[in-house]
Amino acid sequence: MIVPDNNVIVNEVEKLIEKYGSGRENLLPVLQDIQRKFGFISDFAMQEIAHKMNIHPVEVYGVVTFYSFLSTEPKGKYIIRLCKTISCDLAGKDAVANTLQRELGLKFGETSSDRKFTLEYCHCIGMCDQGPAMLINEQVYTKLTPSKVIEIIENLK
Amino acid sequence: MPIINDTVFFDERAHGEALEKALKMTPQEVVLEVRESGLRGRGGAGFPTGTKWMLALTAKSDKKFVVCNADEGEPGTFKDRVLLSEYTKLVLEGIVIGGYAIQAQKGFIYLRGEYAYLYEYLNDYLERMRKEKRLGKNILGTNFDFDIEIRLGSGAYVCGEETALIESLEGHRGEARNRPPFPVNTGYLGYPTIVNNVETFACAYIVISKGAQWFSKYGTEKSKGMKLISVSGDCKKPGVYEVPFGIKVKELLELVGAEDTKAVQIGGASGICVPMSEIDRNISFEDIPTGGSVIIFNQNRNMLEVLKNFMEFFVEESCGQCTPCRIGNKKLLEGVELLEEGKCSHKYLNELIELGKTMQIASKCGLGQSSPNPFISIVTNFKDEIMSNSIRGKNGY
Amino acid sequence: MAINAMQNRAPVAQKPHKVEIKADADVGAYIDVEINGKGYTVPFGMTILEACRNNNIHIPSLCYHEDLCLAGACRVCVVEVEGMRTLQASCAYPITNKIKIWTTSERVRKARRHILDLLLSEHYGECYSCVRNNNCELQRLAKEYGVDFYRFGHIKEPRYEVDRSSYAIVRDMDKCVLCKRCVRTCIDLQEVGVLEATRRGYSTLISTFMDKPILDVICINCGQCINRCPTGALRAKDPSDEIWKAIDDPTKHVVIQTAPSIRAAIGEEFGLPPGHSMTGQMVTALRMIGFDRVFDTNFAADLTIMEEGTELLLRLKRKYLFGDPEVKLPQFTSCSPGWIKFIEHYYPEHLDYLSTCKSPQQMFGAIIKTFYAQEMQIDPANIVTVAVMPCTAKKFECNRPEMNASGYKDIDYGLTTRELAQMIKEAGIYLPELPKSYFDEPFGNASGAGLIFGATGGVMEAALRTVYEIVTGREVPFENLDITPCRGMDGVRQGSVILTDVKDEWRFLEGFEVKFMIAHGTSNARKVMEALIHGELDDYHFVEIMACPGGCIGGGGQPIPTSPEIRRKRAEAIYNEDKELPIRKSHENPHIKYIYEKFLVDGPCGHISHKLLHTHYVKRGKFIV
Repeated sequence: MIVPDNNVIVNEVEKLIEKYGSGRENLLPVLQDIQRKFGFISDFAMQEIAHKMNIHPVEVYGVVTFYSFLSTEPKGKYIIRLCKTISCDLAGKDAVANTLQRELGLKFGETSSDRKFTLEYCHCIGMCDQGPAMLINEQVYTKLTPSKVIEIIENLK
Repeated sequence: MPIINDTVFFDERAHGEALEKALKMTPQEVVLEVRESGLRGRGGAGFPTGTKWMLALTAKSDKKFVVCNADEGEPGTFKDRVLLSEYTKLVLEGIVIGGYAIQAQKGFIYLRGEYAYLYEYLNDYLERMRKEKRLGKNILGTNFDFDIEIRLGSGAYVCGEETALIESLEGHRGEARNRPPFPVNTGYLGYPTIVNNVETFACAYIVISKGAQWFSKYGTEKSKGMKLISVSGDCKKPGVYEVPFGIKVKELLELVGAEDTKAVQIGGASGICVPMSEIDRNISFEDIPTGGSVIIFNQNRNMLEVLKNFMEFFVEESCGQCTPCRIGNKKLLEGVELLEEGKCSHKYLNELIELGKTMQIASKCGLGQSSPNPFISIVTNFKDEIMSNSIRGKNGY
Repeated sequence: MAINAMQNRAPVAQKPHKVEIKADADVGAYIDVEINGKGYTVPFGMTILEACRNNNIHIPSLCYHEDLCLAGACRVCVVEVEGMRTLQASCAYPITNKIKIWTTSERVRKARRHILDLLLSEHYGECYSCVRNNNCELQRLAKEYGVDFYRFGHIKEPRYEVDRSSYAIVRDMDKCVLCKRCVRTCIDLQEVGVLEATRRGYSTLISTFMDKPILDVICINCGQCINRCPTGALRAKDPSDEIWKAIDDPTKHVVIQTAPSIRAAIGEEFGLPPGHSMTGQMVTALRMIGFDRVFDTNFAADLTIMEEGTELLLRLKRKYLFGDPEVKLPQFTSCSPGWIKFIEHYYPEHLDYLSTCKSPQQMFGAIIKTFYAQEMQIDPANIVTVAVMPCTAKKFECNRPEMNASGYKDIDYGLTTRELAQMIKEAGIYLPELPKSYFDEPFGNASGAGLIFGATGGVMEAALRTVYEIVTGREVPFENLDITPCRGMDGVRQGSVILTDVKDEWRFLEGFEVKFMIAHGTSNARKVMEALIHGELDDYHFVEIMACPGGCIGGGGQPIPTSPEIRRKRAEAIYNEDKELPIRKSHENPHIKYIYEKFLVDGPCGHISHKLLHTHYVKRGKFIV
C-alpha cells in the first residue's frame, strides 16, 4: 500500500463528515474510520479533518497521539497487539512474544516493509481468563502457545 | 466460557421485564426504587446510583445524556465483556431505564476499542430493539423517546474515568476534568449526564424487575446486591463469578480453585495486593472495594515483577496532565527498577511510599489517586521479598 | 451587534470548566466560609484560590493564570476541604456552600513539596544560564518551599532539541513543566492554534503539528505564550549580542527607536510597580549604552496616521464619490505584525481590506536609511537600525524580505522590552535613578496621538483626531480630545463619529457617520473577520486590530508577568502622558510637516511614500506542508 492520494482523502473526509456531522464531538469516529481505511492518519488527513471541523490541526494531532489505536505512521494490514498486562504475562506472554518476533522478523513497535504486519504490545484486552491473548485487527486470539502463534501467522501470510 | 455461579440473580428465567415495568412508573419512582435498593456504582468507585440519578433528574436542562461506560480497561477485568455479549438485554434495557429515569433523550455506549468485535453484535441488537419498539420513538407505546449510539474507544485506559470519557466523547484527549462541576450537572457538551458502568445498568434492570427489597437482601450493609468478579491468574477455574458483596477473599479463593497462593490483587492494577495473612478480609465497599478484578499469584511469582508490570502500565496510561500522576508513577517505576538492581535504600523506599500517599490525595482523578495502591501494598506486604535483591553489577555479583 | 455575543470557538477542553452556577438564586449572593480557622464572607461561586488571594491568604500556584481558563493540572495549589478525602485544586474549586478550608495543613505542605520535587526532577537546566533567572515561577516556588536537594533525583541530560527555527520564539521543552499555559494561550486566548499537548502519560509533550519546527507552522509570533510561561521553556530570540557588536564597531552608526509602550512597562524590569512611565530615563540610558541616536517611534506613529488616515479618506472617496465597487471597506489597520501574519494565514482572501501602510517600526527604518541618511550624510550601508518593541512579532516583521524598499533592510534588529532592560543592566545602569533627557533630532518631537498607539484603540483614536480635522477643519468633538469609545479593555469595541460642516473638498462626506471597530487579541480579531465574511461590517469604515490582549502594552516582548490589572496600569500611564503633551495630533507634529515638505514631497500616499512606507502582503493560507 502506498500513501493515499490527497483527493481520495478529501473525498473520504467529506463522506465521513456527512455521515457523522462536523461538530468536534464526532472527531473520534471520523479518525477511527480514516485509520481503519488507510491504516494511518496522514498529516494531510489531519489538516483536512481540522479544516472541516473548524478546529486546529494541532488539536487533531494532540488527539491522534493520545490514543494508542490511532497513528500518524502507516501501519500494516494486520496489526498484531499482544497483551502485556499481568494476567497474560503470568500465563506465558514472553514465549508468545518471542515467537511472534521471530516468525515475523519484527521487533515490537515495528511494521514490516511490505506493510503487511505491525507488531505491538497493548494493555489488558479483557481476556485475562484465557491468556496469553492478542488482537489481530479486531479479532481476538486466546490461550496462545508458540505453536498456535506459528499457525496463525502462517495462515495470514 | 464464563463460569457463573448458580444463583437466581443472573439467571435468565428470573430477569423479568424491567423495561415494561419502569415505563409504567414515573421517573421519580424509578429513581427512588434504585436509591432504595442501595445500588452503588459497579465500576469500582461505588457512588450511590440512585443519588446520581436523582441529581441528574432534578438538574434543569432541555437535554440530558446517559453514558454506559463499557471502557472496561482495568487489568484483570472482563465481566463487562461477558455481560455485553451474553446478558445484552439487561445492559441495553438498563440503559433505556436509566434514560427514562433521568428523562434523557440519548444514550451512548462507550465501548473500548479492544472490544470492537462486539460492535456489530451490539448494533444489531439495538436495531432489533428499535424494531420491537424498545428503543427509538415512543418506546413501548409511551411518549418516551430514547436512542442509543455506540462509540468506540481508541485504546486509552484513562477514558474509563467518567470525565475523561466525556472529554473523549466530545472529541478531545481523554484528560479528566475538574470536579465540581460534576457530570450530573455539566457533562457531555455541558448537559446533565450520568455515566454508569455496564454492570450498574444490568443491576438497575434487576432492581426494577425484582424490586429494591429483593436486591438489597444480598450483600452487606453498605454494599448491596451481588457482584461480578473477574478471576484470573494462578487458579484452576478462572472466569466470571457472581458473588454476594461481603464474601471473604478466602472463600473466593476456594471457589476458584486457587492453591499455593501467595497474594491476591483485588481491584486490578489500581487495586491493592492482599497477602495470605489478610485473606479473611472481605470484598465490599466497607473493606476491599473492587470494580471486579481479582488476580491470583502463587508462591512462585516474583512480586517485584508483578509490581513492575503495574507501574509500567500507569506510566503509559496516565493521561499526563497532572503532576503527581504523570511524574509520580514514573518515580515509583524507577524505584521498582532500583529495587530490582538492589540499589534502593530503605530510606528512599519510604520516601517513595510517602510520595505514593501524596499521589493518592493530590492527583486530579481516580487514576492517579489509585495508581500508587499496588506499589504501597506490595512494598509494604512483601518488604522482605522485594528488598532481598543484592546489588547487581553487569555480570552480577 | 452580534460580535460580542459570538461564541468563542476554542474547544471546551482548553477552557475547562469555568465554574458555572446553575442555581440562579445564588448569583450575586455571599457565603460564609472558614479558612484556616477564621471566618470570611466570599461571593458565591468564587474559587478557593481567588477567595484566599482576595483575603491576603497566600496559596502558591503554577498552572493558574488570570488571563486563562482553568486547568487544575499542576496541583501546586491544592488545599484541604473538610469532609473530602482528597486534596482539592483551589484554582478550580468553586465555593458554593459553607466549607472549611485549610491552606497550609501538614498534608497540604507535604503534597505541595512532593509536587515541586517531582517537577524539579524533570526540569533540565541550570538557573544561572536561564533567561528567566530571578523571574521564574518554578524557581520562586522552590525557594518558597525551601527545596535544598533533589528528593527524586534530577535529570542529567537534555531530552529535547531546542527549537530555534523561529525569528521570534525559542522553545526549550527540557524546561517545560506541562502547565499548559502556552496551550491555553495559543488555542483559547489567541485562537492561533500552534501549541497543544501531544502524546500521553509520562511521554506527554507540548508540541506543534507533527512536531514541526515552529517556523514551519502557523505561528504568528505574538509571543503571548512567552509572557505566560512560568519558566524559561519559551523565550524570545535575543539579538542583543549582535547589537552590542554594532555599538562597539566605530564604523557603524547605530540608531535605536523605542515604541510607545516600552516607556510604560520597562520600569517593571527594575522593580517598579506597573504604570510608571520612564520615558526620559530610558532615553538617557540608551545614550549611555552607546546608541548614536535615540529616536521615538511615536514620530513614525504620527507618520503612520498621516498615511493611514489619508488612505482611509482615499478609500472613502473612491467608494462614495466615485462609486468604485472594487474598493474594500472597512479598512483594517496594519501596525501589528502578529495580526498581519494571522490574517495572512487564516483570511488570505481578505488581505485587500488591510491598509497598505507599513507599521511605524518599518516606516521609521525606511526613513532613517533614506531621508535621515541623506540629511546626516551617512552611507546607509553603515547605519544599523534597532527597534525596541513590546513585541516578538516585530522580530519576524523586520526580516520579511519585502521590507527593504530603500535597498537596505528597514530595520536590522528587533529588540524586546525585556531584552533592552537586560542590556541596560549589563551596562551597569539602574534605570529609575537616571536623569531624564529628550529624544534626538531631527525626529525629537512626537504627538500624544503617536504615543497612544501603545494601547488598544490608540491607533483608532489618533487616526480620528487627524481625519476629523482634515475633513471638517475642526477638532474632534470629544472633551480634551479623549475619544472615550476607543478606550477600555473590552475585546471588541465600536463607535462612530459624524462628520458635519465639512470642508468643500470633502462635500460628499457631509453628515457621514464614520463607523469604527476596535479589537485586540487575535481571538477577537477572528470574531471580527467572521463578522466581515458574514457581511456584518458592510457599513463600517475603519477597524483597528492588535494581535495582543491590551494592544502593545500587553505585547509578547513586555515584562513578565502580565495580567489584566498590569495591562490596565500600563495603558493608564500612556494616556496620562498623552494628556501632558503639548502636541496631541499627528498632523500638528512639526517634524511630520517638515518631512512632507522636504522629502515625501508628493504628500501622504504619494509616490515616494508608496515606495518607502507602504507594503504588500502574502497569501499564506493555513495549510502546513
